Amino acid sequence: MDDLLAARSQMAMSLAFHIIFAVAGVTTPLLMCVAEWRWLRTRDETYLTLAKRWAKGTAILFAVGAVSGTVLSFELGLLWPQFMRWAGAIIGMPFSLEGFAFFTEAIFLGIYLYGWNRVSPRAHLAAGAIVALSGAASAIFVVIANAWMNTPTGFQLMEGEPVNIDPIAAMMNPAALGQTIHMLLAAYAAVGFAVAGIHAFLLLRDRRNIFHRHALAIALAVGASGAILQPMSGDLLGQMLARYQPVKLAAMEGQFKTEQGAPLRIGGMPDEKSATTPHAIEIPRGLSLLAFRDPNAVVKGLEDFPRDVWPPVAIVHVAFQVMVAAGSAMALVALLGAYLALRRRSLPDSRWFLRAVAAVSPLGFIAIEAGWTVTEVGRQPWIIQGVMRTAQAVTPMTGLKIPFVTFTLIYIFLAAVVVWLLIRQVAESPRVYTEPAQEAEYAFD
Amino acid sequence: MLSIDVLIAGAMMVSLTFYALLGGADFGGGVWDLFASGPRKRAQRELIAEAIGPVWEANHVWLILFVVLLFTAFPPAFAAIAIALHIPLTLMLIGIVFRGSAFTFRSYDRGTDDVQRRWGRVFSMTSLITPVLLGVIVGTISSGRIPSKYEDVIPTFVTPWLAPFPFAVGFFALALFAFLAAVYLTVEAGDEALREDFRLRALASAVSVGVMALAVFLLSENGAPMIRHGLTRSWWTWPLQISTAVFAVGAIYALWARQFLRARFCAAAQATLILWGWGAAHYPYLVAPDLTIYNSAAPAITLRLVWWALLAGSALLFPSLYYLFRVFKGGRAT
Repeated sequence: MDDLLAARSQMAMSLAFHIIFAVAGVTTPLLMCVAEWRWLRTRDETYLTLAKRWAKGTAILFAVGAVSGTVLSFELGLLWPQFMRWAGAIIGMPFSLEGFAFFTEAIFLGIYLYGWNRVSPRAHLAAGAIVALSGAASAIFVVIANAWMNTPTGFQLMEGEPVNIDPIAAMMNPAALGQTIHMLLAAYAAVGFAVAGIHAFLLLRDRRNIFHRHALAIALAVGASGAILQPMSGDLLGQMLARYQPVKLAAMEGQFKTEQGAPLRIGGMPDEKSATTPHAIEIPRGLSLLAFRDPNAVVKGLEDFPRDVWPPVAIVHVAFQVMVAAGSAMALVALLGAYLALRRRSLPDSRWFLRAVAAVSPLGFIAIEAGWTVTEVGRQPWIIQGVMRTAQAVTPMTGLKIPFVTFTLIYIFLAAVVVWLLIRQVAESPRVYTEPAQEAEYAFD
Repeated sequence: MLSIDVLIAGAMMVSLTFYALLGGADFGGGVWDLFASGPRKRAQRELIAEAIGPVWEANHVWLILFVVLLFTAFPPAFAAIAIALHIPLTLMLIGIVFRGSAFTFRSYDRGTDDVQRRWGRVFSMTSLITPVLLGVIVGTISSGRIPSKYEDVIPTFVTPWLAPFPFAVGFFALALFAFLAAVYLTVEAGDEALREDFRLRALASAVSVGVMALAVFLLSENGAPMIRHGLTRSWWTWPLQISTAVFAVGAIYALWARQFLRARFCAAAQATLILWGWGAAHYPYLVAPDLTIYNSAAPAITLRLVWWALLAGSALLFPSLYYLFRVFKGGRAT
């Protein structure tokens, strides 16, 4: 493994690990706030228990997210010092703003977690709401910086160096809006469904437990909203890609030839040697229609670009298929749930529906990892699209496989511990069975 | 003289100062967790956990803010530091990861005593090691041996930092953080006996702060001539040295006389003066011998935007921090 590959692997692994905790930090505060708000409204103690339980989970996930995020902020320099030297002045701004958002998040999470008996109930709920908002703000700022790497704006090039820089224009880059919406919805969908899945699974074994029913209702509402809206934001991103990152789009679609009325490919395995994508189901003119809103539009294929700016086509295409498949399954279950809930005016709780929710619950995280693979691998060989190659950005430090292996082992260990702690927490779930109206409903099962 | 690049460097000093006074004390708390002893061993650990719990994550963000400001406002300095100090920075990060996770795992897991003890051990050991590494990094940056052309670093990645001076600074940082933590804990302790425990620890660590300060000063002659020169031959040399000494003696006297609030004020003032003396001796260098505040600053437009972001962010941050500390440190609530 050469040093560049080791550096890329360490960055990929650190991001893949951190993103799980980052999206949890965006969504679980929202869940716990809704539960606490329901408690204040209904005075149903089950909601309070739920809020406290979710707060505990948030505490663990947030702490690991905070420390792994710290690692990333240093790794930008430890692994890519030339990138930071070049781009720091242009994209440091969203990171600075993220710093303040993270500050607010940490301060009010401290108040939320430790302040149950120290501040008024309203102030407590407000603290939680600030955590949820600043968590979303943190995510937005960081994704803006990533979007700039995909569609860099806000500077001019003069002899390889940036001049006339404009950090605000850099933040307003073409990918920023689409990517931030896509990431936020992904966070709500993935974590909402993951939590809903846990409670659906437990409800299947303990169907009258009101604790799990309340939990499922809240988590499913959040997760389903995200999952239903997500395809629209994906469509927005697709149109952006067609204009600004045609190579990435071609790789995602396995589109080697420049083609009028290009088809949408489902599945298939691109082969760079023969420049074809065999075994795909092709929907005629689908890609042209989606990317340009015109079934006869010309979609640029990879053949229009020099070989040395192609990303690894197969990885990007397969990752994209995985993301879309996972997202579609979640959106489908979400729509079903919404339909059932509206028709019955109560929580959909039939066995097959609970099983479906449990089955799709890990898909959100798979979609997030696959989606980031598309974004990052799809931009290769560039670290800044069209401007700086990843190989130019890497540190001169040698022996990079040592930190890569070290951090990988540390993160595997931490992941195992977190999973174990969460399983133990879930196993200790309370049992609440006192809502007579619902008892009657269950009598028919 | 107060151009915008200097103002932002000043804001970085402010953030480093808060990190030392608050985040540093959280590390110091971990050190006292490791050295908890005597009949009140368990009570000492509980007090430390209670003091750190609600605030450590917020206190940690001062470090992030410092790093973000460094790479936004002075990108070449960040790149030079990240290249030359790859190894100690990586080790420090590992310390930060384990300290934070272990503390949280210990707080939120109602496991067996054995499991709790193991996480406690991880938390306290990393609290001991991480400040030393932080000090090594700061000491190396001050040594004036970090090349800005990184081709010069390649032969060996350990030469700039594997030297007596950086390690002396490392142990100085450790002593200072432990001292701050012990002094703060005298104020936060609920009962007399516990307060006495930390009073004795504060006095002992005050002595070690003095010893390490002397060691750093002596080693700086060869290890960091720039710092030595600044600390001995500037117009501010005597005012700074005398006021630092006054607060140092004041802290020890107040501890002796059991005036704990006064001791806390003096200790924090002493630590602040040490840091600002170091910062002033550094001026105008960020990474000696090549990179100064002026020649590594980002373009003016970036600096202006960062400055506005700092002002707006502070308007949000300081009231929030005040609220946090009032809720948890403003005496016993219900």
